[in-house]
Amino acid sequence: MKGADYIVKRVLFAIVTVFVAVTINFVLFRLAPGNAVSNLSRVPHATPELRLAIRREFGLDKSKFQQYVIYLKQLGHGNLGISFQNQQPVSKNLRTELGNTVPMVLLGTVFAIILGTFVGVVAAWRRGTFIEGAGVSSALAFYAMPTHWLGLMLVILFAGTFPSGGMTNDFLINPTWWQHFKDVLDHMFLPALTLGLVLFGQYALIARSSMLETLGEDYILTARAKGLAPWAIVRKHALRNALLPITTLVALSLGYIVAGAILIETVFSWPGIGRAVYDAVLARDYPMLQGAFLILTVSVVFFNLVADLLYFKLDPRITT
Amino acid sequence: MSVVVQEPGIVEATPTPSKGGVLWKTIRERKSAALGAFILLVLVLGAVLAPWIAPYGLHEQVGPPFGAPSWSHPFGLDDGGIDMLTLLLWATRISIVVGLAATFVAMVIGGTVGVAAGYFGGVTDGVLMRITDFFLVIPDVPLMIVVAAIWGPSLFHIIIVIGILLWTSTARVIRAQVLSVRQRVYVKRARALGAGHLRIVGRHVLPQIAPLLIANTVLTIAVAIFDETALAFLGLGDPSRISLGKMIENAFQRAAISAGAWWAIVLPGIVIVLLILGCTLMGQALEDTLNPRLRVAHIGARTFRLRPLVGRGAEAL
Repeated sequence: MKGADYIVKRVLFAIVTVFVAVTINFVLFRLAPGNAVSNLSRVPHATPELRLAIRREFGLDKSKFQQYVIYLKQLGHGNLGISFQNQQPVSKNLRTELGNTVPMVLLGTVFAIILGTFVGVVAAWRRGTFIEGAGVSSALAFYAMPTHWLGLMLVILFAGTFPSGGMTNDFLINPTWWQHFKDVLDHMFLPALTLGLVLFGQYALIARSSMLETLGEDYILTARAKGLAPWAIVRKHALRNALLPITTLVALSLGYIVAGAILIETVFSWPGIGRAVYDAVLARDYPMLQGAFLILTVSVVFFNLVADLLYFKLDPRITT
Repeated sequence: MSVVVQEPGIVEATPTPSKGGVLWKTIRERKSAALGAFILLVLVLGAVLAPWIAPYGLHEQVGPPFGAPSWSHPFGLDDGGIDMLTLLLWATRISIVVGLAATFVAMVIGGTVGVAAGYFGGVTDGVLMRITDFFLVIPDVPLMIVVAAIWGPSLFHIIIVIGILLWTSTARVIRAQVLSVRQRVYVKRARALGAGHLRIVGRHVLPQIAPLLIANTVLTIAVAIFDETALAFLGLGDPSRISLGKMIENAFQRAAISAGAWWAIVLPGIVIVLLILGCTLMGQALEDTLNPRLRVAHIGARTFRLRPLVGRGAEAL
């Protein structure tokens, strides 16, 4: 069957991609300057015996290939190593941080989807009017803004109205559940808005060209010839088909959004996975960086697969 | 290859006007292209003439840190008391150089891969396209961060890192175009006359795809500048070369916002926005003129690539 064939192919590609990424992850960090031995034996009177002991402790006396096999085996058990910064397992750190990132990213994405699709569709529908010009220009402007710069602009604009850093107010003593929720939401507003606006630019532009594409199809002409009201044409005939690429693009972008949150979380000191990457870079915390890179890659590959399968499911015209 | 409704970039027979002709035609016919060209012209002129038109020295402290805009310093002073206008001119220069150099690396890789895959087809095509698919999926910003962090901050490293991660869209666009050019009669004729691969590619294929390559280059420059800004902001930029991204990072690190020095952050960002806008408008219009059907392909889920908040995918509109 053709469909099954296609799905198997995509899943296989995703698995191979993750495997290659894992390998790159292993090789890249072996190229990093310094290793556990040179770092840990930097004590006065470090004897050759001590160096040897450390080497053995970290398994660095084994061949590179053996090290690689051990790395894979540990990964299979969910062991990502120990963070240099707080001596906690990397996987535990990342789980907390991912939990902080996801709600913020979700809020921004939902905002972008709603506003972006709406502006894009209206711009296409009202082609050649002032509305289209305004919609396209604003989308282009947000599209061209560096993410972190937009964040800083919002901080300048909303200084005093909304908190510009962190996730909670430390001066809130024993907050009730509701107070805490409201506090976090307050802190989430600016980072989520930044993300939403940047994404809005892209989504609006895509929605517009997708809608224009659909409006040029023959069946739209037929619908018009039948004498349907313009709004009925848009809603019943054009919108559904125009939303098709948008759906997959949203799925496709989800993985990248997590990766892109690095800049936003750095600006707003949001304790998520992006911030963790930034801190790990500053502290040269390689295990942490390695783990974060792995998580980000796997999420992008996963959502790519979802997008592929979704597109396949939604568009019957697709052939492999 | 995967879900593509329509193979991108295959145009039956586009008459190819001279290269200069395409550029002029686009600028004359499309308002957006003219605007883009104008913005780029002004910025490039400023960057090129920086040593002569900069009002002060690049390392010259001319006032207090974060001095406010005044008649003698229309754009204010930065955290070291250096004139912002001077800094902006020089930084634009660095950013443009990084953008151009990284794009050049990307074009060489992407062009080679695209031509080889399209021209030879078969197994070569399959292998090269799988590799391209892989690079397309790998999240490039985290990878850039990891490589830059391990390799150490320097302008050269940044150029290479950005370049080797930005070539995928070029490879795809070029491949699609070469696939169609390869089928044309004059290429077959040349082959029948005994021309070698190098000659066919050099004399018959490359000139045909050159205009599209130029459009792609302009779009890639925007992404490269974007990526440099992001890397600089994360502290991975070259500390000795002040780029626009570095200016924003410096101002952010030295708490320009709490000092009320909005100009130290707002202005470099505006220049970046203008640069990216100029490149995007220009490249987009060029691509449309050269290959109207490419627009269709942009909507396909796979040929289209999202800008992951930082970098990549300026071709996405």
